[in-house]
Amino acid sequence: MFNFIILIFIYTAIYSLLAMGQNVITGYTGMLSLCQAGFFAIGSYATALLSVKCGWNFWATLPVSIGLSALFGLIIGLPTLRLKGDYLCIATLGFGEIVRNILINWMSLTNGPNGVQRIPMVKIFGFAINPRSRNWQYLIFCAIWVLVCYLLFERLARSRMGRAMEAIREDEIAAASNGINVTKYKVAAFMLGAGVAGLAGSLQAELILSVMPSTYTFMLSVMVLCMVVLGGMGNFKAAIFGAFIIEVIDYLPKMLGLTSVLPPQFKQILFGLILVVMMICRPQGILGRQNNALRRSREAAK
Amino acid sequence: MNLLHTEGLTREFGGIIAVSNVDFEVEEGLITGLIGPNGAGKTTCFNNMTGLDTPTKGKVFFKVNGEDKDITGWPAYKICRLGIARTFQNIRLFKELTVGENIMVGCHFKTGKSPFSGRFANAVRSYVRMKDETEELYERTRKWMEFFNLAPFEYEAAKNLPYGQQRELEIARAMASDPKLLFLDEPAAGMNPNETEDLMKTILRIRNLGVTVVLIEHDMRLVMQICDNITVLNYGQKIACGTPNDIKHDPQVIEAYLGKEDEE
Repeated sequence: MFNFIILIFIYTAIYSLLAMGQNVITGYTGMLSLCQAGFFAIGSYATALLSVKCGWNFWATLPVSIGLSALFGLIIGLPTLRLKGDYLCIATLGFGEIVRNILINWMSLTNGPNGVQRIPMVKIFGFAINPRSRNWQYLIFCAIWVLVCYLLFERLARSRMGRAMEAIREDEIAAASNGINVTKYKVAAFMLGAGVAGLAGSLQAELILSVMPSTYTFMLSVMVLCMVVLGGMGNFKAAIFGAFIIEVIDYLPKMLGLTSVLPPQFKQILFGLILVVMMICRPQGILGRQNNALRRSREAAK
Repeated sequence: MNLLHTEGLTREFGGIIAVSNVDFEVEEGLITGLIGPNGAGKTTCFNNMTGLDTPTKGKVFFKVNGEDKDITGWPAYKICRLGIARTFQNIRLFKELTVGENIMVGCHFKTGKSPFSGRFANAVRSYVRMKDETEELYERTRKWMEFFNLAPFEYEAAKNLPYGQQRELEIARAMASDPKLLFLDEPAAGMNPNETEDLMKTILRIRNLGVTVVLIEHDMRLVMQICDNITVLNYGQKIACGTPNDIKHDPQVIEAYLGKEDEE
């Protein structure tokens, strides 16, 4: 049971990285994107393939995985800049599916639907972190990444760049007329969101120690978006909180030992129910948007 | 001396000619009015000069360091960086951001010029101090808030401001980029006479800072009182250009626009 709770926290950590990336893209820059799963998969496979086929160690694969995801963020970001709202959503959804289909069909590289097995464990100073037998160590490892990313993103939110992104979300035309290079910031948001998803992918690969294309489905992107919406858009704390809630719900039947009673669709029903109730009672999300006005006045009072 | 001028500016939307062969001139240091009945192509004209739209034909020139620069078809953010700022007919504020942040966005490109190393060092330093921005940015922001009497609302979300102040904030945001030329698209729309009066004073104060102002306006009292030059458009064509006095007595203008109000 204890191990199981830790596992939920590990997943929360990994998914909150994805959700924070989604928050940069959707919550801050206002682009409705549905391809976090695609970037997640690229990150996972980069780590998996490089460490299994080329024998690289995790720390060497990490920059490649982040960089490669960010590069794909750039590739998807540039041509879809002209799209807005629903259209952007469809285009990014397509991208996510393309990635998954390539992973399934490129047998020679990815081993198709069977995925890549026997990924070596993460080593820190020669000390291997075993995500199965000592998963609390892996939790700390993931938590550190979440903390680092959270602090960096919080800083981003308060910076000139974060303000420019918010301006783009609020009004693109006005932002452009105030000297903001809209293209640059939109692509930057995509790259940041994708990069952090790549990091999450690497952590996922090291947790399961194998990767399979079936993990990176469209549902995963939707779940990540749900986390952001549930917690509150434009708020990084809320993204982490949202990830936690969704993960708890995800594992609720297992936790209660009701897997034999409840149908597997139970989770989806519960998700749907929660989102509907949310939209009626609290459309801004549980924690809501970060209240800059309040925060700033508090800081000024100091 | 012309700060900005257009040569044969034309914008067609399919078969509709919104702006046709307009030679518009803005003299430096003065307030130029652009008037005309609804649908005359005033806003389209503005959009083509500020980079939100690309003219079908014709050119736009802006004087930079004494030389005319062809800025036709430049993206809006680059035009802004050259020193042309604008406001919008239907207010386009960053509603969820505070008044202070709105103005900070206006300063956007003015504050990001330090070389990369400097910026990085700055980021680290400011992170350690957990302080958002450099003093310079705050100073700029405060200056403009005081200029427009918005200081008491610094931490208020822009959407919560009363209408008149939202207009002022939009102008403040535009001014925060230290423009040489300011385009105002119907700044007095929806304002009561008192607010219009205040606005008039504000525009004159902006001019006294040495900023050239171009405004589209339907409030004739305002236009006639503060404009030094007026250009009149009708059905996309320039029908008159001159001082307010000339315009008042121009038979074509009276026919097209002012109707029988020529006694004003």
